[in-house]
Amino acid sequence: MITTSGLTKVYRSRGREVTALDGVDLHVREGEVYGVIGQSGAGKSSLIRCVNLLERPTAGTVSVDGHDLTALAGRGPRAGRELRRARSRIGMVFQHFNLLSSRTVQDNVELPLEILGTSGKERSRKALELLDLVGLSDKAKAYPAQLSGGQKQRVGIARALAGDPKVLLSDEATSALDPETTRSILQLLRDLNRQLGLTVLLITHEMDVVKSICDSAALMENGRIVESGTVSELLATPGSELAAALFPVGGDASGDDRTVIDVTFQGDAATRPVISQLSRTYNIDISILGAAMDTVAGRQVGRMRIELPGVYEENVVPIGFLREQGLQIDVVGERELVKDGAK
Amino acid sequence: MTWSEMQPLLEQACWDTLYMVGWSTLIAVVGGLPLGILLVLTDRGGLLQNVVANKVIGQVVNIARSMPFIILMVALMSFTRTITGTTIGREAAIVPLAIGAIPFFARLVETAVREVDHGLVEAVQAMGGNTWTVVRRVLVPESLPSLISSATTTVVALIGYSAMAGTVGAGGLGDIAIRYGYQRFETGLMWITVAVLAVVISVIQFAGDYAARRLHRRGGGSGAAPRLRLLKAGPKLGKAA
Ligand SMILES: Nc1ncnc2c1ncn2[C@@H]1O[C@H](COP(=O)(O)OP(=O)(O)O)[C@@H](O)[C@H]1O
Ligand SMILES: [Mg+2]
Repeated sequence: MITTSGLTKVYRSRGREVTALDGVDLHVREGEVYGVIGQSGAGKSSLIRCVNLLERPTAGTVSVDGHDLTALAGRGPRAGRELRRARSRIGMVFQHFNLLSSRTVQDNVELPLEILGTSGKERSRKALELLDLVGLSDKAKAYPAQLSGGQKQRVGIARALAGDPKVLLSDEATSALDPETTRSILQLLRDLNRQLGLTVLLITHEMDVVKSICDSAALMENGRIVESGTVSELLATPGSELAAALFPVGGDASGDDRTVIDVTFQGDAATRPVISQLSRTYNIDISILGAAMDTVAGRQVGRMRIELPGVYEENVVPIGFLREQGLQIDVVGERELVKDGAK
Repeated sequence: MTWSEMQPLLEQACWDTLYMVGWSTLIAVVGGLPLGILLVLTDRGGLLQNVVANKVIGQVVNIARSMPFIILMVALMSFTRTITGTTIGREAAIVPLAIGAIPFFARLVETAVREVDHGLVEAVQAMGGNTWTVVRRVLVPESLPSLISSATTTVVALIGYSAMAGTVGAGGLGDIAIRYGYQRFETGLMWITVAVLAVVISVIQFAGDYAARRLHRRGGGSGAAPRLRLLKAGPKLGKAA
């Protein structure tokens, strides 16, 4: 639904150059919620703003719903008719809501329809319908200043949906909200994604956001996507930083001559008694250092950190046994080695 | 001088002042509003970025604004004659008043429009709006309370300038105060004129502040409303972070 290839953005100001995006290839499938996570300054906002060409990419292409937007953009700095039409089919919500304070809630939701040239009657019907969808039908005549942050973001979402977009872009939509409100806004986005088949690309610096609603995720660092995939793919990727962050387990080794491994269970692997089998088969004592069950992207996932006696070399066979059972095994300590080797 | 002698003089003067100030304000708003908006749009990073145009407009506005009104009036004489067919009387005074007030108002507009949160502009662009949509749906309505304050400031300044319009025989309250009070030592009439001017200015200022405040309260809520004779609007409209 959204594809970027080789997307590069270099900001030039007063002779200084900042490469905010450095060849980003992103692929968001139709109907999924895709989260891009990264620290402040990683280039997330630049990425999402390049998707609807609020920011002109320095190089690379963006296509949304089969339309190559970079081709529509033309060469001048101003957005031509074609690009503006394409933008009207992409909804966008913002961290600071960006509602017009001079307009009522209903008039704010009607604004995209005014731009599309919809008739007055149809506009108000549609606006009221959308306000109902986001649970704010009683606030139609209020002004944004009279609303709470969560309500403002609901108006922002209703407004973003006014043009019947297939794609919703969300730039830190919950970052200005308290945890409770964040949950309700995320739930709303999830519902809209399900009910309307809306494809959602959201960027965030909060892992919880990805954990609660994303089907797929990408990790951004220094303008590059360093990891990406569906959440279950990521969880099944040994050494995945995103997986570790999404689903952390704690616990330290009790001595030097021990091997600590993280076992991730997904699906039916979670129901088999593999740990006791391991213990019996190889006659070893296993201590459990930490464990957690959680729901990630709507699936039950279990993770357990266990300790085997002896150094890694002595445990190659038991670890192999666990891998054969279809479990994902990360050897703690080895992960750092792998990463250092890659650098 | 008795009251019955003064009354028709004052009445005529009031009308003359309102006539001159009314028309020149109207022209100043019609001319200064687009000019002020253009100053913002053509600036670096603006929607119609054009550094050369921005510099030229900015320079012209600065020069016109810093020109003493009396000199502007003299300098514009031939221009005034071309437009109104005369260089004396009320109509002739309107031309330099309006031309002096356009850049004055334009700078105030520029300041007011710059205060509009850029996020709102982006939101409208993301909906597919063009530059005209941004101006009409965002920049003007969002800065309206400040624009009204700016217009009020301009009216008050124009009342001041119009006092000098007497020199081209345009009449008005300022003219009476100078002619009767200064040249003929009619101190009574002069003080009454001063009082009338004070009342007129206060009423205009009050009406302007009231309108700005009402609009502001509707939209903003948290920020302070524009205050008396404030050149700039109050803090940016409330934005929960
Ligand atoms: N308009 C701009 N001009 C110059 N540099 C910018 C601009 N916008 C962003 N940057 C720079 O690009 C980098 C990425 O910024 P951004 O995309 O906002 O990251 P994020 O949203 O992940 O915090 C930062 O170093 C930032 O300073
Ligand atoms: Mg950002």
